[in-house]
Amino acid sequence: MASLKAYIITRILLTIPMIFILLTLVFFIMRILPGDPVLAIVGMKASPEQIERLRRELGLDKSWLEQYIDYVAMIFRGDLGRSMIWGRRPVVREIWDRFPATLELTIFGFTVSVLIGLLTGVLAALKPETKVDVSLRLYGIVAYALFIPLLGMLFQLVFGVYLRVFPVAGRKSPLVDVPVITGLYTLDSILSGSIVGFFDALWHLFLPSLTLGIVLSGVYTRLVRTSMVEVLREDFIRALLARGIPRDRVVFVHALKNAFIPVLTMMGLQFALLLAGAVLTETTFSWPGIGTFLVERIEYRDYTTVQGTIVFYALLVSFVSLAVDIIYAIIDPRIRY
Amino acid sequence: MISLENLYKLARRRKLDFLLTVVGGTIVFIVIVMAILAPYISPYDPYRSVNKALLPPSDQHFMGTDNLGRDVFSRVIYGSRTVMFVTLVSTILSMSIGTLLGLISGFYGRIVDRILSIIMDSIYAFPGLILAIAVAAMLGPGVINTVVSISVVYIPTYFRMIRGQVLSVKNQLYVEAAVALGARSHTILFKYILPNVLPILPVVFSMNIADAVLTEAGLSFLGLGVPAPIPDWGFDLKNGQRNLLAGYWWISLFPGVFIVLLAIGFSLLSEGLNELLNPSRRW
Repeated sequence: MASLKAYIITRILLTIPMIFILLTLVFFIMRILPGDPVLAIVGMKASPEQIERLRRELGLDKSWLEQYIDYVAMIFRGDLGRSMIWGRRPVVREIWDRFPATLELTIFGFTVSVLIGLLTGVLAALKPETKVDVSLRLYGIVAYALFIPLLGMLFQLVFGVYLRVFPVAGRKSPLVDVPVITGLYTLDSILSGSIVGFFDALWHLFLPSLTLGIVLSGVYTRLVRTSMVEVLREDFIRALLARGIPRDRVVFVHALKNAFIPVLTMMGLQFALLLAGAVLTETTFSWPGIGTFLVERIEYRDYTTVQGTIVFYALLVSFVSLAVDIIYAIIDPRIRY
Repeated sequence: MISLENLYKLARRRKLDFLLTVVGGTIVFIVIVMAILAPYISPYDPYRSVNKALLPPSDQHFMGTDNLGRDVFSRVIYGSRTVMFVTLVSTILSMSIGTLLGLISGFYGRIVDRILSIIMDSIYAFPGLILAIAVAAMLGPGVINTVVSISVVYIPTYFRMIRGQVLSVKNQLYVEAAVALGARSHTILFKYILPNVLPILPVVFSMNIADAVLTEAGLSFLGLGVPAPIPDWGFDLKNGQRNLLAGYWWISLFPGVFIVLLAIGFSLLSEGLNELLNPSRRW
């Protein structure tokens, strides 16, 4: 009998090759693909000495193997190099400044998507093969195909330009001043007791997280619907109903709890969609997270920062999928190797 | 359990699936026709300023003009060429590579399978758009570079699907019979396994292309897709955003709506096809 501990250890061991493969992939994209970063940075007019110096500084004059070893060693030291522009700050610090904005957006976007997904999924499952079910099935398809920038811009147009009820850009109003503690503005304002700051942060979060949440909710609608229909057919549901437990309670407590397990397994993969969606959401709403940061630095040809940010994404994805799998195994004792 | 009521439900369901396929197919067909007939149906040159900038939709300019005075309708029509070319070529590319690797991995098994699987799973777990962004950023702007960036993202999709299918086909009796008769491995692979794996491709392909449309639009929205003057829905959407807040909604809205329409078209098509070709699966 494999234990939970054995599962967790195996899962952690399996994360190591995944991290290595992703790091190697990033290395391959950044160093081996055609396109000379040095020329891109200094431009065609640079003198040979300038090019040579930069090449040495970036370590690009060494062999690929040496470069790869340096690269991996650096990452394991928790060092992602220094930015090539504006005061040459360490990339780790730059990412650390921007990450809370992305985290806050993804947490709220995720919450919105799960709430909509659960609501619509349960609704569809309760009335299978009816008009409600069919429309929600279509909702699932359409929601996924909604292009985030278009939906975001429609919201900006309606709520920001015509109705003027929500801000269309940024994380806070210029006059609201809340000390930065964690970088999550909603949390910071609670910690520093600023009610105005809290509502200001929520007010700014509203449109971006709604946009991100709606687009990602379609997947959950379908998942919840499918697993809920299956769970509702099971014997224990009939047994609970026969015992006289109210139908609402059976559906929303007992059935939903079981229907939620497949949804949870999807969360690891959904996290990748969430991060990709966040890049588009951030760009649409001028949200100062790592998505806008990455795009901005690509424009400035800040080679080390771009590489560092992609590495950061790779590590983030690996750790989150590890965490999701472990949580899943704790919740569902059937999951073992 | 077969009852009259269930049969009705099934029939209604099939009708709906058929309807979805037709609606999705029609949308896709219209965009393809738009792309092919672009020079004949577009009223103006999409590259040139043909009137004053920022004109609202009118008889003369069905979808208005953009910030440079170009006709939005003509750009939308020509934009269908860009999105169709880029997504079709990149999905065909990922399909070919993914299918080949999936066949090899599923058929030969062992260490090759282990290594390929873990590589593909890792790429699959990485956010697709961000992977495409990284590749596009390093390759630089260009149509072919955009194609390559998008195709990298979807190789694992085909790999996983084909590998799974090969594993289930491999144990079928007719394959065992071929092995027993002493058929060579490439004969088994290409004559016995491949034909039984291919039928799942249309569904995966149209599902995948819906996603590729959104990735292409995302890349060009971020300024990492096809280079500037080429009409492209994602790029035009971004281009209109500066003027959106001043109320010039038409520059962004029309290209954006077409992105979504095309993605919905391919999704419906794949959804309907999937149900019609393999009715045992529920949504």
